[in-house]
Amino acid sequence: MESWGNILLGIAASGIRLATPYLYAAMGETLSQRSGVLNLGVEGQMLMGAFAAFYVAYRTGSAGLGLLAAVGVGLLMGLAMAFVSVHLHAEQGISGIGFYLFGLGLSDLLFQKLLGTVDSVQGVPDAHFPLLSDLPVLGELFFRHNWMVYGAYALVPLVWFVLNKTPWGLMIKAAGENPHAADSLGVSIAKVRYATVTLGGVLSALGGASLSIGLLKIFQQNMTSGLGFIAVALVYFGSWRPVGVLLGALLFSLVNALQLWVQVLGLPIPADFAVMAPYVLTIVVLVLVVQRARPPAALTKPFVRE
Amino acid sequence: MRRLFLFALLVGLALGLVACGGGEATQAPAAEEARPFRIAVVMPSAINDMAFSQSMYDALVKLQQDMGGPAKLEFVYSENMYVVDDAAAAIRDYASQGYDLVIAHGSQYGSSLQEIAPDFPETSFAWGTTVDTFKEMGIDNVFAYEARSEQGGYVNGVMAALLSQSGVIGVVGPIETGDAKLYIDGFKAGVLATNPDAQVNVNYIGSFSDTALAAEAAKTHIQAGADVMTGTAQMVVGAISVAKDHGVLWFGTQADQSSLAPEIVVANQVYDWTVALKPMVENIQKGVRGGEAYSLTLANGGLTIQYNPAFNLPAEVKDAAQKTIQGIIDGSIQIPVGGE
Repeated sequence: MESWGNILLGIAASGIRLATPYLYAAMGETLSQRSGVLNLGVEGQMLMGAFAAFYVAYRTGSAGLGLLAAVGVGLLMGLAMAFVSVHLHAEQGISGIGFYLFGLGLSDLLFQKLLGTVDSVQGVPDAHFPLLSDLPVLGELFFRHNWMVYGAYALVPLVWFVLNKTPWGLMIKAAGENPHAADSLGVSIAKVRYATVTLGGVLSALGGASLSIGLLKIFQQNMTSGLGFIAVALVYFGSWRPVGVLLGALLFSLVNALQLWVQVLGLPIPADFAVMAPYVLTIVVLVLVVQRARPPAALTKPFVRE
Repeated sequence: MRRLFLFALLVGLALGLVACGGGEATQAPAAEEARPFRIAVVMPSAINDMAFSQSMYDALVKLQQDMGGPAKLEFVYSENMYVVDDAAAAIRDYASQGYDLVIAHGSQYGSSLQEIAPDFPETSFAWGTTVDTFKEMGIDNVFAYEARSEQGGYVNGVMAALLSQSGVIGVVGPIETGDAKLYIDGFKAGVLATNPDAQVNVNYIGSFSDTALAAEAAKTHIQAGADVMTGTAQMVVGAISVAKDHGVLWFGTQADQSSLAPEIVVANQVYDWTVALKPMVENIQKGVRGGEAYSLTLANGGLTIQYNPAFNLPAEVKDAAQKTIQGIIDGSIQIPVGGE
């Protein structure tokens, strides 16, 4: 039997890894929601990113080109979403679902036509820092993850900084809170929202790539399995603040890692209850701890100049 | 107006793509010859999932060859029907298009089939994996099929116990029910019969599609000391990928998973559904539309253990496996899990 110390270490390291795809997608979604656009197409963008990264890495053997492909596909998917929701003023929830189905179907179709079977790639390597990676406990916890994991966590302070310390962040928030006032001051709402939604697409696609060529090194149809929708929920959970989203993603992932151990250790808890735990706990925390935050006032409202 | 148009366009495009991913006729029917036997199948995942759905697709391809090609047997399929409502609509569509046999390949489709089958008394249906043909409810046009996957599970378990150095073996399962539970219970029994001191850690991740969680479950097993693993359902490819990274041995089931990680896959229990499909087709051609249940077993060849040729399996382990297979076939080994 493993010692408790090792188990806790295992849970923490698993939780850190599991949170990775959520962070990419949820940081992008935070930006786009703060500017007033609800993007429910995240899951579809993740699947397309996951496929593009995998396919290019598989054909070329280069994980870097794979990531580039994910960025490109995310850019296109994000632009399309922005065109529909910003330019054409479409109902955001519905068009997001449309993009989800589009990404789900297209990634599946391409997978069947171009690959045909599940295969594996080298993918993005794990990090190895001299000295640090060999530290007994800290090494495993922090310094031996896949490079994609570090990218995800680096995004959190970056998005926080952009939102809170730059003029661009101010414009994003203005577009999400009071677009008419911002517009009268000369801020182009369309430009801001185009930028955030497109960036959101890129980050979601990278989130997908963090699965397909980062953590798993395989592609399978519908491999994100609802992850993108959980990422959208995490943005609400985190009250539209990057740090709140990070805490939500970590909580959800740690409890998920914990329930895996609960089963492995053979604790007398039915598997079904263990599997439910992350969802139940997240809801409980949402109700009891997280303050009733107010969403951006203009969220889901297409901007039409009066 | 413009918005509405755009919405319709998007949804149409999306649905079109989803549909492209799915149903696909293998061959147009030959015009002049006698009408071929026509089968339609609805399955929950993709035909190349290296697991449950692929086993059925491969069987249909084989059946088509055995029966003499597309002129004799024509089949179509809808894959990725994980939404039961969609599956039910597809089943009904196929039935109304006059297919001879409509297969609902997933235990979750049972209640839909129970409603649809009586509306098409001239059509035969098949439902798996189950033993229930709805005969007691007065429905006589449904065949049932199942795999006694505990048998191959047991054989895999015997080998796993012999190959494990640490005595810790990890299992990644989807939801504790049906075919997955049978396989895992059989596997566990096989391990413990061979090495009573071994520890089998079982993890049901609560999903058939969450590859990321399956991968993390595999990492958890490895951290708990497992040096041999197995798992069932289509999301295990995530776990296989982790096993490959860590040089941990893997036993597969449902389909041959050797190609994904030739260096660590030891053996696979492979399903051959033609053993169930052939008698169904014969029955239908005789005018019997349902009421029979078929099982794949090691004895009838519906289940086979396929050793990965790229893996250097010690001769004594292979001998033990072959003896176990013989024992299960002749009944001298009884597996202490029910066939439901």
